[in-house]
Amino acid sequence: MMDQSFSNKNSHGKGRQMPIHYGSKKLNMATISSPLATQIPQAVGNAYALKREANGNCAICYFGEGAASEGDFHAALNMAATLKCPVIFYCRNNGYAISTPSAEQYKGDGIASRGEGYGIKTIRVDGNDIWAVYAATKKAKKFAVENNQPVLIEAMTYRVSHHSTSDDSSAYRPSKEVEDWTKRDNPILRLRKYMENQKIWSMEEEAEALKSIKTRVLEAFAAAEKMKKPTISTMFSDVYDNSPPHLQAQFEEVQALISKYPDYYKVNDFSSDL
Amino acid sequence: MIRSISSFGRYPSFQQTNKIYKKTLSPFLRLQLTNYSSLYDHTAEPVKNLNVGVAHSSFLLNSIAKIRNDSELSQLGLAQAPTKKMNMCQAINDALTIALNKDNKAIVFGEDVAFGGVFRCTVNLSQTFGEERVFNTPLTEQGIVGFGIGVAAQGHTAIAEIQFADYIFPAFDQIVNEAAKIRYRSGGEYDVAGLTIRSPCSAVGHGALYHSQSPEAYFSHTPGLKVVVPRSPIQAKGLLLASIADRNPVIFLEPKTLYRSSVEQVPEADFSLPLSKAQILKPGTDITIVGYGSQIYTLENAITMVERDMPGISCELIDLRTILPWDVETVVNSVNKTGRLVISHEAPITSGFGAEIASEISNRCFTKLESPINRICGFDTPFPLIFERFYLPDLARCYEGIIKTLKY
Repeated sequence: MMDQSFSNKNSHGKGRQMPIHYGSKKLNMATISSPLATQIPQAVGNAYALKREANGNCAICYFGEGAASEGDFHAALNMAATLKCPVIFYCRNNGYAISTPSAEQYKGDGIASRGEGYGIKTIRVDGNDIWAVYAATKKAKKFAVENNQPVLIEAMTYRVSHHSTSDDSSAYRPSKEVEDWTKRDNPILRLRKYMENQKIWSMEEEAEALKSIKTRVLEAFAAAEKMKKPTISTMFSDVYDNSPPHLQAQFEEVQALISKYPDYYKVNDFSSDL
Repeated sequence: MIRSISSFGRYPSFQQTNKIYKKTLSPFLRLQLTNYSSLYDHTAEPVKNLNVGVAHSSFLLNSIAKIRNDSELSQLGLAQAPTKKMNMCQAINDALTIALNKDNKAIVFGEDVAFGGVFRCTVNLSQTFGEERVFNTPLTEQGIVGFGIGVAAQGHTAIAEIQFADYIFPAFDQIVNEAAKIRYRSGGEYDVAGLTIRSPCSAVGHGALYHSQSPEAYFSHTPGLKVVVPRSPIQAKGLLLASIADRNPVIFLEPKTLYRSSVEQVPEADFSLPLSKAQILKPGTDITIVGYGSQIYTLENAITMVERDMPGISCELIDLRTILPWDVETVVNSVNKTGRLVISHEAPITSGFGAEIASEISNRCFTKLESPINRICGFDTPFPLIFERFYLPDLARCYEGIIKTLKY
């Protein structure tokens, strides 16, 4: 994840996407794309193909309550229901799409009520309760795979962070509201309290874990930051399966330029193409 | 499945390639640059005695004296008018305020518009004009544009915002098949004269695939639409007010990197700049250079360096301003005079709008051309985050390209 965020030569996405756009073929995790809701009908297609493979697998697709306003969401639910696809639509309803509160996003009973309209079995779950989320997802998977049918899960939560590092959410919601949720109820806090009640976790272990995790994160941060960027030719690969002549010519144009102006282009930040 | 490895393995080595292609670059001239600094960065260091970047542009009318001497503003009777210092974001806000004030049927809407928008272009409008006229929509671009078409078909003024031009594509059907064709298909009975779609576009230094695109060429392929790209606060205000008033659907693409980096003394009055009229920013005799939006400032710097390194050469720079329908006449007249043409835009070169300009100019000016028309554009890849400096038609590439065309 750190490599992806620093666009270095080890990043799966080869430095091409913004941070937090990870993915992993090994982990069966489709690479994130910025446009909203585009992944939802795609997951239906994945699920259809998985159904044909008959290996007991299903697809699960995550999105927010804002993305559920996009046309792709509605197309996906209808396709999944009519084509009997083993897919789990997992909506994280955290109350905000950037600045837009869910009260301005929809007027019905959340996202869950839409599942019913498309003939899709639906679960609404407390998204701050990790065990409830686990149980709901497990049950949804069993149902989807056994019946070749989609399931919609709506997990209710609250977005305690800003939308992104370039967002300041105090411009559109009271800081007190955020503080309250941070202190009162969020998935991490809830799990911690549960573990403390079960006597499998303590304040001391919490403090120690926070400290050691912070150190590890900063180490990974520093290591990823130091690493060279991918080779410059990486800019032109993967556009197609093989590089057509016009892209080869464009790469040659870049090579000629950077050889004339290596310092200007900070060529040393990048791994060598040699 | 194994992800395909780079297809460039069978390339000639770097040194070989270098030998082969070095000759395409000017062997005697070398751009005096040592550091890559963002052209849009206020803090960009002077590079070898040249202050690069928007903040230092001579095209920005950032003093009262420049306003008084500007020929276009003089023609419009605005050269003596009171002005206020604004960046492009504030100038757009000012234009929207004027539009909402003078036309009670005008509404402004889109994702996150009510709190001021993610770029702050609509700040305070909802408070001033009320939630009925300036409001958030649910997160659906096809919904936003379809809704705008309905509002405009009803004879009202719809000013829609698509949060990033990269996200306009869910609305492509509504724009291309509906907004653009309603007048034609209804025999002129219906139209969406009052529809304007604003959207931030182009590179910003860290936007990657989906916060950097310049999609003007897609829309330039659609009869019935107008496409406008402003380069500065005054231009944005005048062209946006013209777009809102125009009796056709207009796609108004705002280079987001200019929102704060470009600052001018903007006339406070309600004024329009003409659509489909290019502007000659710098007259010259030896080569015509056409661009639009934020690319203008890269071209300005490249021209300054070319003219310094090739004494006696003078370049003519034209800001196209409106992409569709574009001002063929201004470019034709210029190329007939100079005999050479360079076109530059950030969007990928293949089927970019430069291709259209090149084709039309080669048709109209064939006998006057002394060199092939040269397009200096984005490469034919998705917009790559960490490779942005190599992808863009930047200062070095424009400098080399202009010299190549001059020396042909």
